[in-house]
Amino acid sequence: MGTIPSLVGAGLIVVGAGLGLGKIGGSAMEAIARQPEAAGKIQTAMIIIGALLEGVALAAIFFGK
Amino acid sequence: MGAQSLSKIFATLVVSFFSLTLFAGTEAPENPIQHHDHKDDHHGDPHAHAATPSSNLHAKDAHANHGGAVDTKEEVDAYIQHHLADSHDVVLWSDGEKGTHVGFPLPVILWDGGLKVGMSSQFHHGESVATIGGNHYKLFHGKVYKTDAKGTLSYDEHHHPTNEKPFDLSITKNVFAMLVTGLLLLLGFGSLAKGYKNGPIPKGIGRFLEPLVLYVRDEIAKPNIGERKYRKYMGFLLTIFFFIWLLNLLGLTPFGFNVTGNITFTACLALITFLIVQFSGNKDYWKHIFWMPGVPVPMKIILAPIELIGLVTKPFSLMVRLFANITAGHSVVMGIIAVIYLMKDSLGLVGGISVSMILGIFINLIELLVAFLQAYIFTMLASLFIGMAVEEHDHH
Amino acid sequence: MEKLINDFSFGLFFWVAIIFTVLIFILRKFAWKPILSSLDEREEGIQGALDAAENAKKELENLQADNERILNEARAERDGLLKEAREMKANILAKAEEEATVQTDKMISKAKEVIAAEKKAAVADLKNQVAGLSVEIAEKVVKNELSDKDKQLALVETLLKDATLN
Repeated sequence: MGTIPSLVGAGLIVVGAGLGLGKIGGSAMEAIARQPEAAGKIQTAMIIIGALLEGVALAAIFFGK
Repeated sequence: MGAQSLSKIFATLVVSFFSLTLFAGTEAPENPIQHHDHKDDHHGDPHAHAATPSSNLHAKDAHANHGGAVDTKEEVDAYIQHHLADSHDVVLWSDGEKGTHVGFPLPVILWDGGLKVGMSSQFHHGESVATIGGNHYKLFHGKVYKTDAKGTLSYDEHHHPTNEKPFDLSITKNVFAMLVTGLLLLLGFGSLAKGYKNGPIPKGIGRFLEPLVLYVRDEIAKPNIGERKYRKYMGFLLTIFFFIWLLNLLGLTPFGFNVTGNITFTACLALITFLIVQFSGNKDYWKHIFWMPGVPVPMKIILAPIELIGLVTKPFSLMVRLFANITAGHSVVMGIIAVIYLMKDSLGLVGGISVSMILGIFINLIELLVAFLQAYIFTMLASLFIGMAVEEHDHH
Repeated sequence: MEKLINDFSFGLFFWVAIIFTVLIFILRKFAWKPILSSLDEREEGIQGALDAAENAKKELENLQADNERILNEARAERDGLLKEAREMKANILAKAEEEATVQTDKMISKAKEVIAAEKKAAVADLKNQVAGLSVEIAEKVVKNELSDKDKQLALVETLLKDATLN
């Protein structure tokens, strides 16, 4: 277990990452609704960005723990 | 043909599991007294653990190691921790009351001034001192320590043994799982490759595997690396994709493997990916890292260290992502199974089992998706990094 | 973090590196290469078959166009032939008619000539006969009727009447 500030920091980063993931997901949905024919490409891009963001969140947990 | 050989392999595996199980089961109860000793130790004074957190953790670990009945929250925690860690033998299940473990031992290979080879059954799950190649060794929290004939371990203030550790090259549970996976991959894709000799359309298991190969080629490699250069990296990408995927799936079986949720494993794969990316980097790639073209000189100086950090964070995030996702998945599944024991009083046996079953099936289905998704993302990001390294810029 | 670093095992790292690298090479040799090359081959084959089908279609179209052209030509030729034949027929008919007309005309004219000649001969013959007859009659009349003048005149009259009738 890490110190309380490190845990709080990790928590904040996870909250931020969560907001970011929500934004990505929402934008991707809108984009797919607007252009259903590009759904595959949008999905791939969404997953890549999501994965990168997830990396940030996990790194925060990893270092904060 | 492929399906038949695969099912044959499975049958052989199952049979060997059970034959080894019997074999191991007969020798396990050699030290029943020690089991109960440990058990009584921890049950006798549960509050003592709370005082020293680090020793508490180890005590719990040790407890789970010995396969006592898992009832309390701490014990469940320790059991999950134990499951997530690598071990020197494969234990399919344990009988806490009798202190027997059902599983099979694996070879222990130590480098300690020479190669020492033994079997993990000699450790008796950490309860006795093994004499391998004339030296005495003891297993403590999944690690082998050199000790004397009595098996004395001296500890530092963090309850870590200060004994000398030999270089442990044992075929551990994870290594065993990787070997099995490698064999399965070789059989499956070997049969697919052979199937093409009989005709252009694969038969049996190949019908399932071929679209996956095509998927990796057309959806992952080609768009990210480019039509001209993707071919060179297909071997790596296909291998890493199927290796991770199959190991993820193996982690979902009740055999208790957790390979992709092991930091060493993911670190190694990330390092290999990192090396492949760096060695395939062309002049443009390095120029973009050290002297970013198209920006003013002060920016170039600021960007260089950022790019250098980015060089390291990419494989680091690959490593942490796979590790954390799979570890989290395993913890959640095991935690949900533990609901049966932990909420026995509030839900009753039937209620606990049904809640656990419903949630467990749900999480398992999600884990099935995660198993694929993590393999996909790892491969995808690896090919993306390779694509960035081999990309040819034409902005000059 | 500390726990994870503590979990890190160099032995496992060694095994992962070895197994994974060996797996890449073995699978590359025994699986990926043959699989990918046969996939490529198959795709090329499919592409080739598609191209061949396209070509065959084009060829067929060409062939059909050729056929159409040949058919048209043949039709035109037939039409020409028919026309020619018809013309020839008309010609032949016209010629034959002409010839027939000429022939008939000739025959008619010949016949007319013959008739005219016959008529002339007949007339000459008749004249001779009439002359003879007249001489005979005149002899008789002269023999019989010279006695009576009136009777002679009447006779001559009658004779002459007869003669002109001829």
